[in-house]
Amino acid sequence: MATPVRTEGPGAHTPERPAGTVPAQRRAGGTGAVVLPSGPLARLGRATRTAPGRLRLAGALLAVLTLAFGALTAVQVNSRAAAAQRVVDNSQPLSQAAADINRSLADADATAATGFLLAGAEPRAVRDRYEQDLRTASQLIAESASRTPASSQLRELLSKLNQQVPVYAGLVETARANNRQGYPLGGAYQRYASEQMRTVLLPAAAQFSAAENALLAEDMKAARATPWAGYALGLLALAGLVWVQLTLFRRTNRVFNIGLVAATAAVLAAVLWLTVAANGAATALARGDREGGVPLRALNSARVDVLTARLAENLHYVARGSSGVYADLWSKTTEHLVTSDPGRAGPGTLLQAQSLAPRAAEGPIAQAVADYQQWRERHTAASKLENDGDYQAALDATVTAREADAPKTAEAAFAAADRQLADAAVLEEGEFRDAALGVDEDLRTAAAAIAVLGLLAAAAALRGLGRRLAEYR
Amino acid sequence: MVTSTSTSTGRDRGRGRAAALRGARTAAALALLAGGALVLGTGGPQEPSAAGAPRQVPLAAQQEQSGQSEQSGQADCDLYRSVPASTEDGPAVKAIKAKRSLVVGIDLNSYRWGSRNPNTGQVEGFDIDLARAIGTAIMGDPDKVVLKAVPTADRIKFIQEGRVDIIVRTMSITCERMEQVAFSRPYFTTSQRVLVPRSSPAKTMDEALNGATACAASGSSAEEELKTRPVKQLVTVQNHLDCLVLMQLGKVDATMTDDGLAASQAAQDQTVRVLDGEVRPGVMGVAMLKTSTDLTARVNQVLNDYYNGGSWRRAYDTWLKPYLLDDADRHWPTPR
Repeated sequence: MATPVRTEGPGAHTPERPAGTVPAQRRAGGTGAVVLPSGPLARLGRATRTAPGRLRLAGALLAVLTLAFGALTAVQVNSRAAAAQRVVDNSQPLSQAAADINRSLADADATAATGFLLAGAEPRAVRDRYEQDLRTASQLIAESASRTPASSQLRELLSKLNQQVPVYAGLVETARANNRQGYPLGGAYQRYASEQMRTVLLPAAAQFSAAENALLAEDMKAARATPWAGYALGLLALAGLVWVQLTLFRRTNRVFNIGLVAATAAVLAAVLWLTVAANGAATALARGDREGGVPLRALNSARVDVLTARLAENLHYVARGSSGVYADLWSKTTEHLVTSDPGRAGPGTLLQAQSLAPRAAEGPIAQAVADYQQWRERHTAASKLENDGDYQAALDATVTAREADAPKTAEAAFAAADRQLADAAVLEEGEFRDAALGVDEDLRTAAAAIAVLGLLAAAAALRGLGRRLAEYR
Repeated sequence: MVTSTSTSTGRDRGRGRAAALRGARTAAALALLAGGALVLGTGGPQEPSAAGAPRQVPLAAQQEQSGQSEQSGQADCDLYRSVPASTEDGPAVKAIKAKRSLVVGIDLNSYRWGSRNPNTGQVEGFDIDLARAIGTAIMGDPDKVVLKAVPTADRIKFIQEGRVDIIVRTMSITCERMEQVAFSRPYFTTSQRVLVPRSSPAKTMDEALNGATACAASGSSAEEELKTRPVKQLVTVQNHLDCLVLMQLGKVDATMTDDGLAASQAAQDQTVRVLDGEVRPGVMGVAMLKTSTDLTARVNQVLNDYYNGGSWRRAYDTWLKPYLLDDADRHWPTPR
């Protein structure tokens, strides 16, 4: 500390009437009425007329302020910690699970159609993928249900999904059975199953996903909210401390009251801690959102669109060229993926996923876009064959069980794009976790520290004023 | 789903023409047989059929895409008219022989008529046998016959653009189509039939349909027919096979489709049966370019030989007889 002009050192024990006491007393006492009304207000009024009374009052005020600051801020920060924990432990995983339900179902549908086209030659891997998709979806549905309140509307969506997945699977099996007997009826079943998927299951999954995203956004907002009350009380406590110290200085000419200085330091430290912790948390979560959450949601949309395009491509061949519906679905979906016409609803979902991608996921997504372009070219080439009437050649160019030709098919290009997008999704999830992980602990530590500092400040302030008070005895 | 609209362009609308030229006897016979044109909708979705029983319908009354049947009115064309059969190779046939392949447009979706076995990739059916027979007869070598899948809606276009030489694809002869392409003599007659689950007590078309939830391909003549009947609910789908799916799932009670497709459905599901009773007859033919009259003459000759040599009946027995209630003779069109 800089050398004070006068300190309240051990040698300065002479009790002194603080200068200016009398005028202050006059002011405080108003007209100096002799009447002594009873009641707490009156006693308060009388107390302000004597120096010890005023000191006691100041002590009480400072103690209340610092304690309130510590307690309320701790509560506020704690609630943010809880929200941050919900984000990491609950709402982000649930939101991703919902997106995965949606994607698994779309993947199951596209894969079932691939298997259908290959009929008896369907490779084990295709069947495994379809079964894995349904398993993943069912498992995620069950897990989500266990973490969703029983009465909520979300639970209804989940139970609808839960009921419809086996129905869908049954239709797919009927399609397979008919197809393997060589009946075109199998194709009608496959199209019917897919229609159930697209009109019943996927909309419910998308609705569930949107609701989970909304809950995540809510938790995110709660975790990032600025603790204004904490700041306000902190400033108020500081202002009170400074005011009391200034007043003391004016009356006693003592520059420092160690207790009050310590209390001020404690409150300052608490406010500082609050600022750092709250900002740090908000920044970390914002980064998590920017590098992980937002890109991931864009990526999830793009992945579902990619799967829908694949489904449309497959069903077109399932329908054996007798329908234009699936060619239209392909055009519409690919348009949705990569449209760049600024007049439209913005860039396509794949381009959005690319432009939002964090640095870590840029590589896989760029590769996915390249794979997608190749897929599109192969699709167009196959369509041309089909338009020329060579169904078998078109089908072979789209999907084949012959291993030597498989890498040249549209299916292979799709699978490559899909794999890259899956890699990107893992990276983006990692980015989010890295940013958000530990935020809740930091906040919780800050909350505890602020509570303790508030207590310390109150104790120090009382002690500091107590010494002044002792001088009157 | 298979588009119903595209299919509607298909066969149907055939109208018989009154045979003013041929006299009353012919007219009567035609009315009986073809009744006007009817669609045979064996290929994918059914097409709107047209043709009403009366053979004479003003062209203007034909409503192609609307799927409305033109039952009233009179056809002003003769669905049975084609060039006389011949074994001569004209310029069109020579040109085809010069390119060393005859390209035949076929269907891949109509079980027992023209469909692709998903396990073998083999294309097979009544129309496929006929296509191979025509090709082999003209080219002298089955390897010079190329089968190409043709979407229902694009059949006329494929012929006009020369992408296929002929089309054998459950294609109904209609007056309107006769303006755009040439048809061989008819090689099959068909009519609308009703399918019900075997467990259904219905014995007649009326019993099966009245007050029932009935299914038909949208735009098909079956749909038109059902609209005139007291069904409880009419469900329309894109492809006739979608009706079978719905019937298997218990969502509809009965399906109306032409007998070729009814046979095709019954062949795929032993738990449904085709009821007695039929409405709206029609005929199918082989289509080709209008200018290739010599090719049409050759095809007509092959058709005559195919029938007279017993191949037609053998193909019928192989592919269709187990599922159609009638004898083969009922389906060989014979203008008298």
